[in-house]
Amino acid sequence: MSDLISISDLVVNFDTKRGTLHAVRGVSLNIAAGESVGIVGESGSGKTVFSRATMGLLRGKRVHRTGKIMFEGTDLRSLDHDQIRDYWGTKIAMVFQDPMTALNPVRRIGSQMSESLVKRLGMSKEEAKKRSIELLSQVRLPEPELALAKYPHQLSGGMRQRVMIAMSIACNPKLLFADEPTTALDVTVQAQVLELLADLRKDMGMSMVIVTHDLGVVAGYTDRIAVMYGGEIVELATTTDLFANVKMPYTEALMNAIPRIDRKRGSSLSAIEGMPPDPTTTHTGCAFAARCPYAQQKCRDEHPELVDVGNGHLYRCFFPIGGK
Amino acid sequence: MAGTGKAHLRDSPTPILRVEDLVIEYKTKGQLPVQAVSGVSLEVHSGETLAIIGESGCGKSTLGKGILQLIETQSGSVVFDGVDITKLSKEDLRQTRPNIQMIFQDSISSLDPHMTVSSIVEQPLKVWNRGNDEERKNKVNDLLRSVGLDPEVVGDRKPSEFSGGQCQRISIARALTLSPKVLICDEPVSSLDVSIQAQILNILQEMKNRYGLSLVFISHDLAVVRAISTRIVVMYLGKICEIADPDTLCETPRHHYTHALVSSVPVPDPTIKNRRAVLQGEPPSPTNPLSGCRFRTRCPAATELCATEEPQLREASAGNFVACHHPRS
Repeated sequence: MSDLISISDLVVNFDTKRGTLHAVRGVSLNIAAGESVGIVGESGSGKTVFSRATMGLLRGKRVHRTGKIMFEGTDLRSLDHDQIRDYWGTKIAMVFQDPMTALNPVRRIGSQMSESLVKRLGMSKEEAKKRSIELLSQVRLPEPELALAKYPHQLSGGMRQRVMIAMSIACNPKLLFADEPTTALDVTVQAQVLELLADLRKDMGMSMVIVTHDLGVVAGYTDRIAVMYGGEIVELATTTDLFANVKMPYTEALMNAIPRIDRKRGSSLSAIEGMPPDPTTTHTGCAFAARCPYAQQKCRDEHPELVDVGNGHLYRCFFPIGGK
Repeated sequence: MAGTGKAHLRDSPTPILRVEDLVIEYKTKGQLPVQAVSGVSLEVHSGETLAIIGESGCGKSTLGKGILQLIETQSGSVVFDGVDITKLSKEDLRQTRPNIQMIFQDSISSLDPHMTVSSIVEQPLKVWNRGNDEERKNKVNDLLRSVGLDPEVVGDRKPSEFSGGQCQRISIARALTLSPKVLICDEPVSSLDVSIQAQILNILQEMKNRYGLSLVFISHDLAVVRAISTRIVVMYLGKICEIADPDTLCETPRHHYTHALVSSVPVPDPTIKNRRAVLQGEPPSPTNPLSGCRFRTRCPAATELCATEEPQLREASAGNFVACHHPRS
């Protein structure tokens, strides 16, 4: 498989009152056509900023973005606002976490959906309506004709997320970012939405990036997983390899923190004590050292580089689990 | 599901809290009232963690608020320590409030943004006129320490300076100031990161043991609930479908809805088959409750009987109560 998008050394800094905030600190990631990648991390790990910066959604005087984002031979970073807009929807699209705030509350679903179809694909209003109904049935929304006349507040959270997904795939994007697509939903609906995303990816041959704080969500739906901490990728591996041969203590800690339905009760959950690092500081040592049960002096003094195990499994640790 | 019946209520030992046939309705403009809780009966035994789980709109949060009498209940009783608190006068009810406290899902908005952390935790003591300044200060410091916060560092700061997980710690400390016997936790960890989730769950567990609390834990997340509860009540559209201990409920669910819930929970292990028995659709609207079993429109095993007759809760195996005409074996 060839790479659809190749991100190298992406750095995103924000100017804030408290000084420079290092949200993403040099992330490189290639995503193949048709591949599904999970980006996992806690709040503040930089996962959302990474995906938005990749799409070019973060702009302004206070945002500093360096690195390369090669998408089909073009560096997305070199494009101006009008040029990047041509990519949104048709090449790269995003499903946001909160479908209530992402949809316009005072416009009917139908008019929000047809907007991109009319403007982007040059459809007539009639065609756009027909296509909207097709899209809503594709995302398995019951009674799609009726839904077009409704306002977002008349739909449940799961239905709104389906509308968001329908809108994001309306122009057949090649890469879909799904930022915490199921966090606001009930488990039963979460399972439905994840199944739907997996089916759409297969049917449309899209690449997909699922951004989430929950390893459980991505375990069954991704080919590879990148774990982010303190603005960096700290481990990257195929999903099966990550779970079978975890190297980075942070990934292990994340796995142990998840309450599991297939485990008996009574075992106390292993919390990760402490807080993620302050993004306004630069770390000299390993970003996770302060919370790491295996940390040694070297971890606090030197910054570990990504090490390749050999099969594309990368980790950022001096003392990996199971040895080097 | 739509189970009514009280086969699961024991006569002894005396539960700390006993809810019987509780009905809670919300009035709607011009339409019939919506019944959010339709005749729910349950008991909370001393020292247990009773979990109430279900999808959005199943009435679990309404039930929690109804137990506390934060909202009006239409009929039924809530007996705490031998007294039906639904029948109490306003002042008598107020007097029982210190015994039953609550923590909320959105911890940040449940703390007054203008108050400092120590005054937030101290306020219940002031309202109830307990102790002098010195004693109150000591109590507040003890509580903050017990939830893992350093009173010297956090005491003079305001809620906006803290993360969601830290705010939840502050709410727990506040809820415990008056030494309640029952703590109702409404989705206390669902807006937190997994790593922080585990911290809060462990704190709740610790507080429960230290202060001898009984917990009512309202959640939509079966995996969380399995880890911490002693019994689980599954609700659907205002009724109870199944009650069992966590291991029984998660391993051999008898109700088809419980089974669907269990199989929807993602398992963080890629070697486990990822295609899951997914429940289709969403719960029907509670404005127009179905006849018979309320789950029948989404149930794979529904028959005509389910449309005509409402299933009653009955004991399928020791301690496992299910309201279904055709339970899973």
